[in-house]
Amino acid sequence: MNHVSVLMTALAGLVAAIAGGTLPARSRVGAAVLLTWVSCAAALVAAVSVLRSGHAIVMSTSKILPLTGISLVLTPLGAVFVVAIVVVALASTLYWLGYADHGLSTRSASSALPIFVTSMILVPFAGSVATFLVLWELMALTSLVLVLTDQSRREAARSAAQWYAVMTHAGAAAILLALVLLSAHAGGQTFAQIELHARHLSGALRGTIFVLALLGFASKAGAVPLHVWLPKAHAEAPGPASALMSGAMVNLGIYGIILVGNVLLGGGPVWWWLLVSALGVLSALYGALYAATSSDLKRLLAYSTADNMGLVLIALGASGMFAAAGSHTTAAIAMVAALLLMFNHSLFKGALFLAAGAVQMATGTRDLDRLGGLLKRMPVTGVVFLIGALSVAALPPLNGFVGEWLLLQSLLHALPSTNTAVVITVAVAVAALALTGGLTVAAFVKAMGIGFLGRPRSEEASNAREVPATMQLGAGLLALACLALGLVPMLILPSLELGARGVQRVGVPPPVRGWVSLHLFALHGVLAPSLLAGGLVAAVVATMLARRVSHRRSKPWPALAPAEPWGSGRRTQTVRMQYTATSFAEPLQRVFDDVIRPTRDLDVSPAVESQYYVERIAYRTSNDDVIERVVYQPFIAAVRRWGRFARKLQNGSVHRYLAFGLLALVVVLVVLA
Amino acid sequence: MNAVAHLLTSALVALVQLALVAVGGPLLLGVMRKVRSRLEGRVGAPIYQPLLDLRKLFTKQRMRPRESSWLFGAGPLMLVATVVCVSAISPLATTRPPLGQSTDFFAVIFALLLGSVVLALAALDTGTAFAGMGASRSMTIGALAEPALLVAILAMAIPARTSNLPALVRSGLSHPALIASPSRVLALASFLVVILAESGRLPVDNPNTHLELTMIHEAMVLEYSGPDLGFIILGESMRLVFLLGLLVNLLVPWGVANRPGALFFVIGLAALAAKVLVAGVAIAIFEVFTAKMRLFRLPELLAGGFVLALLGAVTAVVGR
Repeated sequence: MNHVSVLMTALAGLVAAIAGGTLPARSRVGAAVLLTWVSCAAALVAAVSVLRSGHAIVMSTSKILPLTGISLVLTPLGAVFVVAIVVVALASTLYWLGYADHGLSTRSASSALPIFVTSMILVPFAGSVATFLVLWELMALTSLVLVLTDQSRREAARSAAQWYAVMTHAGAAAILLALVLLSAHAGGQTFAQIELHARHLSGALRGTIFVLALLGFASKAGAVPLHVWLPKAHAEAPGPASALMSGAMVNLGIYGIILVGNVLLGGGPVWWWLLVSALGVLSALYGALYAATSSDLKRLLAYSTADNMGLVLIALGASGMFAAAGSHTTAAIAMVAALLLMFNHSLFKGALFLAAGAVQMATGTRDLDRLGGLLKRMPVTGVVFLIGALSVAALPPLNGFVGEWLLLQSLLHALPSTNTAVVITVAVAVAALALTGGLTVAAFVKAMGIGFLGRPRSEEASNAREVPATMQLGAGLLALACLALGLVPMLILPSLELGARGVQRVGVPPPVRGWVSLHLFALHGVLAPSLLAGGLVAAVVATMLARRVSHRRSKPWPALAPAEPWGSGRRTQTVRMQYTATSFAEPLQRVFDDVIRPTRDLDVSPAVESQYYVERIAYRTSNDDVIERVVYQPFIAAVRRWGRFARKLQNGSVHRYLAFGLLALVVVLVVLA
Repeated sequence: MNAVAHLLTSALVALVQLALVAVGGPLLLGVMRKVRSRLEGRVGAPIYQPLLDLRKLFTKQRMRPRESSWLFGAGPLMLVATVVCVSAISPLATTRPPLGQSTDFFAVIFALLLGSVVLALAALDTGTAFAGMGASRSMTIGALAEPALLVAILAMAIPARTSNLPALVRSGLSHPALIASPSRVLALASFLVVILAESGRLPVDNPNTHLELTMIHEAMVLEYSGPDLGFIILGESMRLVFLLGLLVNLLVPWGVANRPGALFFVIGLAALAAKVLVAGVAIAIFEVFTAKMRLFRLPELLAGGFVLALLGAVTAVVGR
């Protein structure tokens, strides 16, 4: 039964891609979506059965991939990732039905999207190095096609795809190197063989493998400083594709780190996990800071992805450190927190990107400074974005808060450990977590407040209409899931614990229990999200009642009467007098000026009559990624210079090329002799 | 039978605590204004003046800016509701509040943050420059205050081995040495800085300013009128009383009811009122002698608070 569903997953994905590539335009997307759902459903059946029984599914065949064969193994850990990907994929493909007319119904897109979804689902199934790498590459290439969908209309999409292609392949090269090293020294290429032998390898080799794998996978997860492709590619990809990339694909970077670090190598010394935590702290702070100062809606969301993956990495690193220091209960909590943060991120970032795609479709722009007033014009999309924003800001009663609370609890209870490095990291991590949280709140108040509230800042925004029902439904499902998991985290926590238990070397009882209130095992920590939510609702109702009762006259409660807002006595206020995203972020940008180092350009042209009268002021400010500017651009410039130098060798003269040939021959002979 | 009685007592405790905070909030505002007036050589309004103001506001008309959405009305509601919710379940007059087992410090703080966030969103919904400015500034301050706040909670929670709020208050009662420990003192100092920043008091924000450009919190709520404005004033003052109540209970827990019994609870209420009153008067006196800081000097103040909290956390670990 399970084997059938695994086969169904792969086959349905393949057929979906063929259908998307061959059918006529009218039925293309519908058929591809239906078949993708079959694939998702089959994968979900397999994952749920693994999570119910706790036993892995093992399949292998030597007939499909020459030389190595294919090996598929789904462990509970993999099943957790499969569920997260499937949920985002179901919502995004439903959304795709309504979005398709917006440039996502071409043959290439309709066949790339099903393969992208299926290969992502299958990556956690991979049970050997070869299978893993093939699926990984398939996922990278199909997502690249999706980033390029809009390239005919937007120049930026092409450059984003270039960045993405280079970064993802540099990452893949590092992963390839790590896995090949591992299988060469462990005497086998299936993960089961590697797992058995890898702990006998030398410390230096294990360290090298881990660092290589970490680099590769962290670049997929968008960890700073390997994140530069992420704000470009995720912003330029069309709506459903960016939701899939940000909500599902980045998770696989995390999966890879757990796979190599915890499963294949079976854990490691403290410095590995210090490195992971350091990457996490850097990503979280940097991502949150850029999210708070960005005024492009999708770029903001993409930076927030780097920020959230940073939180997951902090939790992962903390878990590894606690395990290395011997406190296994807190290690288990931190691992569950990492998985919960990852899962929550899939839900709310999927919802947010789908809502942002809807905004882009309705208004044709992603620039927050040209949006506004959308909550009234697009009520469902607006509420979805609001739920997503409150969730990413880790506010109760939504799911983001539960993950952050678990992480804080694991850090809090681990502090009395003797290891100085652990203590310092934990203190820094909590501080980073807190600052990140504050910046994220500011970023999403800005995104929601400037993008969806107030008065429309452009013609396009004031003419915006709500998107088709399938798009509302797709995004709405993810928002509902955010709410459900925020109220009853136990819907998912037992599965996450099962997934985390396979990773731990020392078995501990499930660290979190209780349906209504979450109790930490053997530690004093209780959270009752549903009771808190109930209290909030009761308080809202009580306040509304009090409002009515306190209204002393027997008149009915007055409706809000519309009036002109206060403008210091000015009669009329134009739309341009509103605060913009740039002005909203200005204080934060000024506080963190030394980090962001924005480029400002002030151009004052005085009137001809007198220099004291100003005719025109032009003020330009841009906050390009500082790491891109300081690290990547000089590197690219150096490569370019080298390329120009190399070009001098070629002038088209046959004589010169013959001379090069002769020279090479001589060198080879000399070396061989 | 016993369960019903227990439920009723819990509800009663919650309601009485809530009532104390709801009435105490405006009264504390009145007291603070009175202290300020007296120190400035004025007679000042009676201390119950804010209650009269509220009564008047609740009979006025509600207005909303043209083109605002439903979120504008949700702002005051969520502000009050979050304070109401947390003050019912927090250890203010007793260390055994209803649902006290699940009253987590982090959860309480994040629930209050929810109120601030919805209010900031409501401000942006007005579509005016002043409200946007207020929202931007208040979110900036909130973002910078959060590290200090969370690390301060951590510094208090590490020695007690829990972030459960009633347990933290009880730990002070059972181990008085804990209160005088450097970690708790440093953390509470940092907590005080955060309270001043979050509730818009001097030197962060001037609650009595009349100039829009210097406003932070007042600018956010400029568009509210009538009952909505009343709820905002009520919510803000309740929040101040609530946070001060937490602070004093963590700093001097004596008096708070640690045993079941009506008498202990009444003593707890009186003790809470007295302690919050002293704290409020102290803040009012401090405000007379303090000028508002420039907005861009605030990061230094909040970073100072953060450093205090971090020192507290480090001493909490090292001191063990």
